Amino acid sequence: MGKPSDLVQGTLDLLILKAISLEPKHGWAIAKRIQQISNEVLQLQQGSLYPALHRLEQQGWIIAKWAEGETGRQAKFDSLTESGRGQLEKEAANWSRLSQAIDIVVAEA
Amino acid sequence: MPSKEKLYMQIRMLFGRNRAGERLQDELRFHLDQQISENIASGMNPDDARSAAMRTFGDPALVREQVRATWNWYSLDKLGRDLKYGVRTLLRSPGFAIVSVLVMALGIGATTSLFTMVRAVLLRPLPFRDSSNLVMLYEHFRQGKSGDGFNAVAPGDYRDWRSQTHGFEDIAAMRRYGGIVSGVHSELPEVVQSAGGSANLFPLLGVTPVYGRLFAEAEDKPQAEPVVLLTWSFFQRRFAGDPSIVGKQIHLDTIPTTVVGVLPNWFNYPDARIQFWMPYAQTFTLQDYGIHDGHQSMVVARVKPGVSVAAATREVSTLQYQIHVANASKPVAEDVWSRPMIDDVVKDVKTPLLVLLCSVVCMLLIACLNVSNLLVARSAARRKEVAIRGALGGSRLALIREQMTESLLICVAGGGLGLLLSLASTHWLAAHWRNLPRADTVHVDGWVFAFALGLVAATAMLAGLLPAISSTGRESLSALRESSRSIGGSASRARLRKMMLTAEIALTVTLLAAAGLLFHSFVRLRTADLGCRTDHVLTMKFGLPEIQYNTREKVLLFHESLLERVRRLPGVSGAALVSTAPAAGPEGDRVFTILERPAPSYSIQYVALTRTADPQYFSVMQIPLLRGRVFTEHERLHNDRFIVVSRQFVNQYLAGNDPIGKHVRSGWDDKVDNYEIIGEVDDTLYDVTKPVSATMYFPILSGIPNRTSEATIVVHTSVDPLAISTPVQQQISALEPELPVYDALTMDQILNKTTASQGFAANLVLAFAGTSLLLAGIGLYGVLSYLVTQRSVEIAIRIALGARRPEVLRVVLVDGLKPVLFGAAAGVAGAAVAGSLIRSMLYGASPYDPLVVAGMVGCLLFTAVVACVIPAWRASRVDPIQALRSE
Repeated sequence: MGKPSDLVQGTLDLLILKAISLEPKHGWAIAKRIQQISNEVLQLQQGSLYPALHRLEQQGWIIAKWAEGETGRQAKFDSLTESGRGQLEKEAANWSRLSQAIDIVVAEA
Repeated sequence: MPSKEKLYMQIRMLFGRNRAGERLQDELRFHLDQQISENIASGMNPDDARSAAMRTFGDPALVREQVRATWNWYSLDKLGRDLKYGVRTLLRSPGFAIVSVLVMALGIGATTSLFTMVRAVLLRPLPFRDSSNLVMLYEHFRQGKSGDGFNAVAPGDYRDWRSQTHGFEDIAAMRRYGGIVSGVHSELPEVVQSAGGSANLFPLLGVTPVYGRLFAEAEDKPQAEPVVLLTWSFFQRRFAGDPSIVGKQIHLDTIPTTVVGVLPNWFNYPDARIQFWMPYAQTFTLQDYGIHDGHQSMVVARVKPGVSVAAATREVSTLQYQIHVANASKPVAEDVWSRPMIDDVVKDVKTPLLVLLCSVVCMLLIACLNVSNLLVARSAARRKEVAIRGALGGSRLALIREQMTESLLICVAGGGLGLLLSLASTHWLAAHWRNLPRADTVHVDGWVFAFALGLVAATAMLAGLLPAISSTGRESLSALRESSRSIGGSASRARLRKMMLTAEIALTVTLLAAAGLLFHSFVRLRTADLGCRTDHVLTMKFGLPEIQYNTREKVLLFHESLLERVRRLPGVSGAALVSTAPAAGPEGDRVFTILERPAPSYSIQYVALTRTADPQYFSVMQIPLLRGRVFTEHERLHNDRFIVVSRQFVNQYLAGNDPIGKHVRSGWDDKVDNYEIIGEVDDTLYDVTKPVSATMYFPILSGIPNRTSEATIVVHTSVDPLAISTPVQQQISALEPELPVYDALTMDQILNKTTASQGFAANLVLAFAGTSLLLAGIGLYGVLSYLVTQRSVEIAIRIALGARRPEVLRVVLVDGLKPVLFGAAAGVAGAAVAGSLIRSMLYGASPYDPLVVAGMVGCLLFTAVVACVIPAWRASRVDPIQALRSE
C-alpha cells in the first residue's frame, strides 16, 4: 500500500482538486475516483486524504457543503471555489511542465 | 493578499472550532461506514469488513490530529491546550500556586509602582516649552565647603549676567518669598508661600496665563506699581475661580496689589505650595536689588540654538569672576555652574528613587529564583513522565513549552494581580513621599502597562526556562535507566538548585544590608541630639505687619505683652521668643568679622546663622550656657549691641578661645555695627540631617522691626503641648485680632517632618528586605526538603548500617548551609557596592558599618538555620525499614 510520500510532493493536492473539478464529491468518493481514474496505480491510504483535503479547504480553494449522499445519509461534499479553480489550473500547468521535463530527462538517458 | 474564501475560512475556524471538530468526526465516520458497506457488498462478513476498512483508512485518531494540524489558528489551539494543561497541573497543588502567584504579584506590583514613579519623576520631560534646553545657573564658591557647590544667586549678579552676556537666549530669575494675603479690607488674612519671578520668566518657560496677562518689564522694578499673578489653586481656593478678580486688588502684606492674571493649572513650579507670584524686582528694596553678596535667587536660562551649554556658561562665569574681583571684600562667588533644569528639580530624590527601584528589582529577582526553584522541585517529581514522553518522540520544544506554560501562568496571574496592587500603591507612595517633586504627574499609562507586560514575560522566562531546560535535557533519559535505588542520579539538578539558592542568598544579604544601613541612619536621625529640649514644646510662628509695627517700641510692646500673657496660661511652664526654632531650618545667615582677629581674606568668609532670642529662650529650651551670660531685660531697644554665640562659632572662628568681650562686626540692612559677645551657649541643630552650624543670637527685645517682627513663640508645657495651641493662639489674637499664626507644631512634629522621607525610604527598603528574607527562607526550606526526600534511601541505609542520628542531622545541615555561606559571602561584597550607592542617603552613618552588616548576615543565618533544621531533623528521624520498603 502506497504512502502519500510515494506520490510526488504536492501532487495529492492536484489530484484532489482535479477529482472534484467536475462535480462536488465527498471524501470517500474522491479516494475512489483517484484510484479508478489512475487504473488502480495510485494507491493512497485513505486516511491521508483528509489532512490534504482540510488544508485545501483552509486555503479557501475548496468549499464543503453537507448534503444527502446516495445512501440518504448526510455527507460532506467538497467542491472547488473560484480561487480553487485558479489554483487547479496553476498546479496542472506546473505538473505538466514538470512531467515533460522528467520525460525529456528519462528519454535522453 | 488572501482570497475572500480564505478570509471566510479563517473567520469560520476562529469561531466555529467545536462545530468543525464534530463535523470532522462525522466526516471520518461517514468515510469508514461507506468503506465498510462496500466491503460487505463485496462479500465480507461485517467484522472482516470493519477491520479491512480500518486497514485501508489508517488510525482515525491520528488522522484527526493531522487534520486539526492543518486548520487555521492551530498554534492558538495548541496554546489553549497547553494552558488548560498548565492550569490543571497548578490546581493540583493549590498551595504552591497561591504562594507563587502572591510572591510574583508582590514583586511585579512593587517594581511596576517604582517604575511608574521613576518614569514620572526622573524620566518624563518637564512640562515647559522645549524643556531639554533649559538649564539652571548657580554661583559656585571655590572655597565653599558645605553643600554640593551649587549656591543661590545674588540679584546684582543675575542682572549683570542678563545684560552683559549673550550665550543664552534669555536668562530669568525667581526667588521664594512669603507673604500675608488679605482682602482689601484686611479681611481673612493668611500667611502663604509665594515667589518672585522676573518678567521674562514665564515667556522663557512657555507659560501663558489663563486669564489676564503676565508681568510687563516696566513692572519688574523695585517700587513699581504692585502687581500679582495668582496660581490656579489659589485662584480656585480663595476666589472660587471667578475671573472677575483680574484687574481688582488684594492686599499683600497690607499693600494694595493689582491682580493682573491667573497662571494655568499645570504650572506648579517650583512646588505646589506657591500661591502667587510677584515681579522678581518687587521682592527687593531698591538697594538690595543691586547687591552681589545676598544669595537667594534661582536663575534659569534657555540655551541658544548652536551655542553649547558649556560655552554659554563659561561666558557667564567669566563675567562673574570680574564681579568677584570688583567686590573682593564681599562674599561674591568666583564661578558659575550650570545643570539641566530636570536634574535640578529631582536632585534630592534621584538616589532614593533609584535605590528603591534597585531593591524592588532585587526582590523580584529573588521571587523569580524562588518560583524557579520550586518548579525544579516539582519537575523532579515528574522526571520519569517527561523522560518517557521524550523517549516516545515528544519533541523537546513541546515539553519545554509545556513546562514554561506553568511559569507563564504563575507570572501572568501574578502580573495581573501585581498591576492592580501597583495601581493602588503607586498613588499611595506618591502621596506619602514628603516633598516628592512632580508627584502630581505620577500616574499609570500605556507605558506602565507595557512595562508590566514586559516584566511578566521576563519573569516567566527567568522562572520557567531554567527548570524546563534542565528537566528536558539529554540526560533526562537517564531517569529511565536509573534504578529506583540509585541515589546520586540527580546531583546536577541539586547543584543547579544550590546555585540558584546561593544567588538568592547573596541578593538577600545585599538587600538586607542596604535596609539595615538606611534604617540605622534613620534611627540615628530620630535619636539625634538637637541640643535642646524636644518634649512638651509647642512652637508657633507669626509675623507682625511692618506697616503697623514700624517702630522698635511697638514691636517690643507686642512681644513683651504676648510673653507675659502666655506665661500666665495654666499648663505653661515657660515661654520664650526666637526667630527660628531649632530643627526648623537654616532661615538666615550673615557674614561678619571679629575685631580682635585679623580680617578674613575674601575667600574665607566668616559666616554664621543669625537668630534673635529673648532672655529666657536658653533656659526654656534647656540650651546650656557654657561661658559668660545670656541676655537680660537690659538688652532692649537701642541697647542692643550684644550677642550670644554658639560653641561651634567659638571653635570655628575663635579657635576655642574665650569669646567673652570680643566684638563681632556685622552688617544688617547695610548698617554695619559692632556687637559685644557676652556669652557662649551649646550648639543646636538647624536641621537634624545637616552638620552643626555656627550661630549668633541677637537680642529680640531690641524690637527692630525687620529683625524681630517675624518670630516663633516656643512654649514649654506641663500638659500635652498641642492642647495649649488654641489658648496661645487666642492670646495672640487678643493682642492683634487680624494677625495670622502658622506652623503651630510641637518639636516632635518638626522632627518627624524633617526625618519623614528618610524614614519612608528606610521603612520601604526594610519591608522589601524582610520579604526577601522570608522568600529566601522558603526557598532554602524547599530545596533542603527536596534533597532529603531524594536521599531518604541513602540516609536509611546509613542508619541501618549504624550511623548515629545526630550525625545524619549534622550532614544534612552542613549540606544545606553550604550554599548559604557562599551566598552570604557574595552578599557581603554586594553590600559594599550597595553601601556606596546609598552613601548620600546615610546621615552621619558609615556606608560600610560592619556592625550593621554583621547583624544582617546574622539575621539571615538565623533564618537559614531555622529553614534547614526542619528537613534535617526529618532526615534524622527516617525509619530505615519504612524507607527501604517503600522503594
